Amino acid sequence: MADAPFLLEIDGLHKSFGDLEVLKGISLRVRPREVIIVIGPSGSGKSTLLRCINRLEEPTRGVIRVDGVELSARGVDLNRARKDIGMVFQAFNLYPHLTALGNVALALRKVLRMSRQEAEARGRRMLERVGLADKASAHPGELSGGQQQRVAIARALALEPKLMLFDEPTSALDPELVGGVLRVMRDLRDEGMTMVVVTHEMSFARDGGDRVLFMDGGEVVEEGPPSTIFRNPAHQRTREFLQRVLHA
Amino acid sequence: MRRLAETFFNAEVIATYLPALLSGFRVTLELAAAVVTLGILLGLALAMLRAFRFRLLNGLIVAFVDVFRTLPQLVVMVFAYFGLPYAGITISAFAAAVLGLALVLAAFAEEAFWAAITAIPRGQWEAARSTGLSFGQALASVVMPQAVRIAIPLLTNRTIAITKGTALASVISVPEILDKAQSAMSISANASPLIVGAGLYLAIFGPFVVVSRWLERRYGWII
Amino acid sequence: MQDFIANFANLESLARIYPLLLQGLEVTVLLSLVTVPLAVALGLFVAVLYSFHLRFLNPLLILWVDALRAFPVLVLLVLVFYGLPFVGINLPQFAAAVLALALNSGGYYGEIFRAGIEAVPRGQTEAARSTGLSAWQAAFSVVLPQAVRHVLAPLAGNTLELIKTTSIATAVALPELLRSARVAQETTYNPTPLTAAALIYFLLLWPLTRLVARLERKMVASR
Ligand SMILES: Nc1ncnc2c1ncn2[C@@H]1O[C@H](COP(=O)(O)OP(=O)(O)O)[C@@H](O)[C@H]1O
Ligand SMILES: [Mg+2]
Repeated sequence: MADAPFLLEIDGLHKSFGDLEVLKGISLRVRPREVIIVIGPSGSGKSTLLRCINRLEEPTRGVIRVDGVELSARGVDLNRARKDIGMVFQAFNLYPHLTALGNVALALRKVLRMSRQEAEARGRRMLERVGLADKASAHPGELSGGQQQRVAIARALALEPKLMLFDEPTSALDPELVGGVLRVMRDLRDEGMTMVVVTHEMSFARDGGDRVLFMDGGEVVEEGPPSTIFRNPAHQRTREFLQRVLHA
Repeated sequence: MRRLAETFFNAEVIATYLPALLSGFRVTLELAAAVVTLGILLGLALAMLRAFRFRLLNGLIVAFVDVFRTLPQLVVMVFAYFGLPYAGITISAFAAAVLGLALVLAAFAEEAFWAAITAIPRGQWEAARSTGLSFGQALASVVMPQAVRIAIPLLTNRTIAITKGTALASVISVPEILDKAQSAMSISANASPLIVGAGLYLAIFGPFVVVSRWLERRYGWII
Repeated sequence: MQDFIANFANLESLARIYPLLLQGLEVTVLLSLVTVPLAVALGLFVAVLYSFHLRFLNPLLILWVDALRAFPVLVLLVLVFYGLPFVGINLPQFAAAVLALALNSGGYYGEIFRAGIEAVPRGQTEAARSTGLSAWQAAFSVVLPQAVRHVLAPLAGNTLELIKTTSIATAVALPELLRSARVAQETTYNPTPLTAAALIYFLLLWPLTRLVARLERKMVASR
């Protein structure tokens, strides 16, 4: 299925928590190498959308296909599928009891069943890729927020995912640490990684994204190339939101 | 199935031995009440004494705590019942059971109260002393009221666990629930008395477990 | 005083019965070596199962743990040893003791591990699952190593309690340390074996008591 025109296909995705309907029918097609930026007010369902894509949340209804494989189908090896989808969390979620290298190597050993040497060799390469080769033996507590997030990116990249999901990767960081993380994400884009990025970093959204989705109230209100969305949004809601974040 | 019911829930057997089991129930309650009262009070007294920091006394208190935290309850109990008479001290089985369990509880209680006392900020002592209270007064009316509140959640589970040890008294033939249930079981060749006995224990300790779970939620403390 | 020593630390008596005590010690150690890992494994299993938040299972797990907390372990042992034969299951004393102790203590370990797991942020599991680890892999490689650090003190404390509790096997005539000491005391008409047994328990377990106390202090300090 390597030639599938779309790497990620979402059709009519609904998600409710009890009575609260958080996603109200999302559909999305993402081509290989495409970078999708998701923006929208807090509580609009952005995180839930990302979490449904790798089924950290169980969709209530709808179909999700990654590289042609339907994730919600019965009998899908979810752990196998997840290895193809990297996820980077707002709160990093590094394992505090393991070193940076240990964080990156764990899934390589447990999911890909690599030997310790293989896993650590690849882990080191990944840390190098995010500019942290010298921090391999540091524990998360000894790293800055920006460094922790780069380790988390390395942890996801190590599995050689086809798709990377970022959930506000920089919003827990001090401003001076944001740049380093964005640089890594730009490198990834330049290498051709397919990414879905929830972010409030408008600079990255503008020059890093191929397409911008504006979500509000569990729906995609509008989508289009960054130039259109940022300069000439079609909807009042989008305009108001942009006004708020751009002039905050 | 019938046979099973007859072995474990035999109404006739239960009716015959219920009075004995209930008398055992009363003895268990008495044991438990005596152990908790004595153990907690002794532990509290020791912790307060320790606050005065007399070196020799503190050494003795620490030794006491270590010994009775380390020895199994049953060993203490058996020693009190079978050992002490050789020293000319003969006590009833009931007293030996209470002594054995209360000493162990006192050791744990002292630890909990002492931990709580040391957790009270210096400023509390200083404020109390600055208003002219003596050391003992500051301890009794400022520090202890706060310390007891801290110590309670530390102590509930331990108190339940040690008080459940009243069942151990059956080993030295105190006529409590388990003792009665076991003799009824061997006379009637039927397991029903034991099941009823087990139910009686649940009736006593079940409510405490529920309360301790609530305390844990509230104070976020385990064991 | 002479009398006292002649009674409680009678070397002659000790020389006669020490092989018996050694045998008893061996049984106690063996019982502990078998039961502790079993109970820990049971507790781990229950706690990890609980952490999966399976709606129908969790109330049952809580019920089991609470029932055990409300239930004296000696009663459980008597049920297993004297009750099971009524349904045709005859366990030898050692096996009965292992079963009762592991069931009881497994509940406590389960409770401790559960509290530790709950102290680990949910994001840890999510991060692990997002890299393709299975639920069990995430629990054992990511969550548990962190959880254990939170609950080292109660874990050590529970282990100490479990080893102490092996002494209840006396009640089903398993010749462990306490039972052997009792037999020796009754054959020599002298309490020295009891003193010796208490001393052995103390020497065996005191290091663990100190360790527990140290871990508890650290835990209180880190709050
Ligand atoms: N596990 C959950 N249980 C109940 N409600 C949830 C849960 N997760 C998210 N929600 C709710 O779903 C809505 C969307 O949340 P989220 O996807 O995190 O929004 P965003 O990431 O856009 O800020 C919010 O109202 C939030 O309270
Ligand atoms: Mg969010």
